[in-house]
Amino acid sequence: MSQPALILRDVHKCFGEGEHARCALDGVNIEVAPGSVTGLIGPDGAGKTTLMRLCCGLLKLDGGSIQTLGMDVADQPAAVQAAVGYMPQRFGLYEDLSVQENLDLYADLQGVPVQERPARYTRLMEMTKLAPFTSRLAGKLSGGMKQKLGLACALVRPPRLLLLDEPTVGVDPVSRRELWEIVYSQVREAGMNVLLSTAYLDEAERCDQVILLHKGRVLGQASPDRFSQGLKGRTWEVSAQDIRPRRLQADLVKQAGISDAIINGDRVRIITREGFEPDAASLLPGHPGLHVEAVPPRFEDAFIDRLGGAGEGRHATPAIGQVAAGEYPGDPIEVEQLERGFGDFVAVKKVSFSVKRGEIFGLLGANGAGKTTTFRMLCGLLPLSSGRVSVAGHDLRTASAQARSRIGYMAQKFSLYANLTVAQNLEFFSAAYNLRGSHQRGRIQWALQGFELEPYAGTNAGTLPLGYKQRLAFAAALMHEPEILFLDEPTSGVDPLARREFWARTNALAEAGVTVLVTTHFMEEADYCDRLVIMAEGAVLAEGSPHEIRTLARTPENPRPRMEDAFIGLIQSREKAA
Amino acid sequence: MLRHILALAIKEFLALLRDPRSRFVLIGPPIMQLIIFGYAASFDLDHLAVAVYDEDGGSAARALVSRIQGSPHFHVVAHVAREEEVAPLVDNKEVLLVLHMEPRFTAHLAQGGSGSLQVILDGRNSNTALLALNYLRSIVLDFNQSLAARRGSDGPPVTLSMRAWYNEDLDSHWFIIPGIVGLLTLVVTLVVTALSVAREREQGTFDQLLVTPLRPTAILVGKSIPGLVIGVIEASFIIAVAMLWFEIPLRGSVGALYLGLLLFLFSAVGVGLMISAISVTQQQAVLGAFLFLVPAVILSGFATPIANMPEAVQMLTYLDPLRYFLVIVRGVFLEGDSYALLVDQYWPMAIIGAASLAAAGWLFRHRMY
Repeated sequence: MSQPALILRDVHKCFGEGEHARCALDGVNIEVAPGSVTGLIGPDGAGKTTLMRLCCGLLKLDGGSIQTLGMDVADQPAAVQAAVGYMPQRFGLYEDLSVQENLDLYADLQGVPVQERPARYTRLMEMTKLAPFTSRLAGKLSGGMKQKLGLACALVRPPRLLLLDEPTVGVDPVSRRELWEIVYSQVREAGMNVLLSTAYLDEAERCDQVILLHKGRVLGQASPDRFSQGLKGRTWEVSAQDIRPRRLQADLVKQAGISDAIINGDRVRIITREGFEPDAASLLPGHPGLHVEAVPPRFEDAFIDRLGGAGEGRHATPAIGQVAAGEYPGDPIEVEQLERGFGDFVAVKKVSFSVKRGEIFGLLGANGAGKTTTFRMLCGLLPLSSGRVSVAGHDLRTASAQARSRIGYMAQKFSLYANLTVAQNLEFFSAAYNLRGSHQRGRIQWALQGFELEPYAGTNAGTLPLGYKQRLAFAAALMHEPEILFLDEPTSGVDPLARREFWARTNALAEAGVTVLVTTHFMEEADYCDRLVIMAEGAVLAEGSPHEIRTLARTPENPRPRMEDAFIGLIQSREKAA
Repeated sequence: MLRHILALAIKEFLALLRDPRSRFVLIGPPIMQLIIFGYAASFDLDHLAVAVYDEDGGSAARALVSRIQGSPHFHVVAHVAREEEVAPLVDNKEVLLVLHMEPRFTAHLAQGGSGSLQVILDGRNSNTALLALNYLRSIVLDFNQSLAARRGSDGPPVTLSMRAWYNEDLDSHWFIIPGIVGLLTLVVTLVVTALSVAREREQGTFDQLLVTPLRPTAILVGKSIPGLVIGVIEASFIIAVAMLWFEIPLRGSVGALYLGLLLFLFSAVGVGLMISAISVTQQQAVLGAFLFLVPAVILSGFATPIANMPEAVQMLTYLDPLRYFLVIVRGVFLEGDSYALLVDQYWPMAIIGAASLAAAGWLFRHRMY
């Protein structure tokens, strides 16, 4: 068992040819210790999926060598695949088959002897808590349950090495916890080796070893503690009585000695530069009443520090003028008893909330909670089954075209024209929003400069780096200075630096009077919102300010609960009630 | 509104022309199909393989065989000496027909009697067999007449003196190539427009479009323009090739042809956008386009006459825009038609176009998931 589960030596893998060639992996050296859970951490496009597919012989190597469980992948791909379990991001569940039929199918495919099956099934169903649902169609399971079933299918015949590609993305916190328990039970009981990738930095702390991957290169490999130890004495939390955390964060991040600042509940967590000692009295000029407390470093701090820190608000944030508020009765966004069904499936159940002018309002929930469906109804992209919505005084589905010019919309996945250049995209959308003449040229210039897109003006939008794609989408949604902005999962799959940049920009917009409605499945992002609703299975579980919602979960043992704790508490109390 | 349409049309053109794959779709297949149809598709049969089983060997038999050999339609590939050899030749498709001269063919003719000539035909493709038989008949008729002239008799009492109007040589290219103008333009326009909305749906840009102040009508018109423009360019190219390369005369009014072309494209764009509005993915759109194309071509009278179809099917052909355009393009090319004669072809296409565009516009806003 002393032999490493995986050895990668100088691994190269490029896609495309000639000038379009893009190297997903560029000289990667890794060793994965046996009997451990190793996390592969990195933003989208870092090369995580490519690495996993190479390890199980699904892709051809361009250079270097990979030894999986002591076998060379290039020489014995079939033997490697027989010993390895791989669960891709979207596991191939057959949605028209029941849970049991899916299990049977994978047991057949893996050649599990029939007499061994009942015991294995019982164990898997017990771990995944899917036993009551064995006859349900896989397509009708919630996102978290699907993911657990996927894992169960990958485990019907316990592999010696399990590769999990982002198993927890978009999954609700309860299911995430359960997935991690399953993974650890397999390592303990069966001595399985696990390599998993994740975009959640807090999950990295649950791994024995962490490999940091960035732009196809390994930035470091160590235990999560080792990573964060380098930051000892540089992480603090700042709180203030009279300033809202969002304001405080925006001011702190501009200070010279501070390399990163994020909102953490009611406080602001900062990483200071080496040798800088934050002093409560002088940290923020004009705000003497700050309280500064040293806190132990987390993995995320180390990750950000390695990437260079967020620093001085160096984000590409364009100047945003105060927006003129339209004349209409009531709040900018009002939702009453909103319902939407697809066949006999109710995706959104009696949802009500309203968003005030200049507020950042969050819709939080796991994938499949009904966030996007609600969102599309608000934007007039989907008819309501029943209820009422009003955006800037109109139902956008029936409103005049003019009413739509008050809103900006940024879809979940990049949805600008991929084979048009950046400038052509901006020209088209500005024309669609009735901008013309010198005003149009001025706004295009504003977008190109403010979002630092000028060097890319002639580049096809589809070939931009991910972070720039998001900037372009953001710019296109802001060309016409909308007073209401809809942002659907803007931070999904984006690296932590780009997420900071995004929130800095959104804050600036809210300061300028823009009403922002944003959906996210990152619980910790809730603290950037003024108010939010938490959704699960199409219904609203709770509504209020982040502070109010976190207070719901406060207990003597956990005096400062995180948003995730609150979410889990809400789900559990709902299940008890049911 | 006008600015919106212009901005949309520019965007559509850019999206279409900046993508090397869709550029190829516009240029590659039409040229390929033009070559294939122009040269390969023809109702005329040339160089049909013939075997001769000459039991006579006399001068008259040889004269008849050399006439057949001399015709562009036939090509004698085998001489058979025994009867058993005949069947394998036909069975293996080595020859389409076998000519069998009876042993005393020349002698009978010389005596002033009649010689009998047996033809064995491969009837598996009845159309080809009938055509071949026709060619053979006219050769034999010719042979009879010259024989009669030599004998000094008057020949048969009634002779057929044939003169074809419009297509003087009865060259079937003159029939097929103008039809290709309609066929290829339909394929390209339909594929271009059918993909346009479906592509945006698949890539998520259609939502982005729907939340802008653009009206559905503007989206509809903006998306129609590239299909129309590309269709006109494509059709003009094929018309030019038909006239200059295949030397088919354009006898009628060019204006009447282009009015018909515009209305035809209008209806094709409408059907294309309707298919596009129904489809969620590009794959569905392409399938939908072909689901429409295949019956549209068969029912149009491109190859088989509409008059031969069962009555119920004939009713269906009235829904097919290609049906009307084929009448126009053939009429203008061969008959020299002008506006007045074609009115009855113009208005049905206008109605098909308007109805399908209206349906597409309704579907834009009502089919959403």
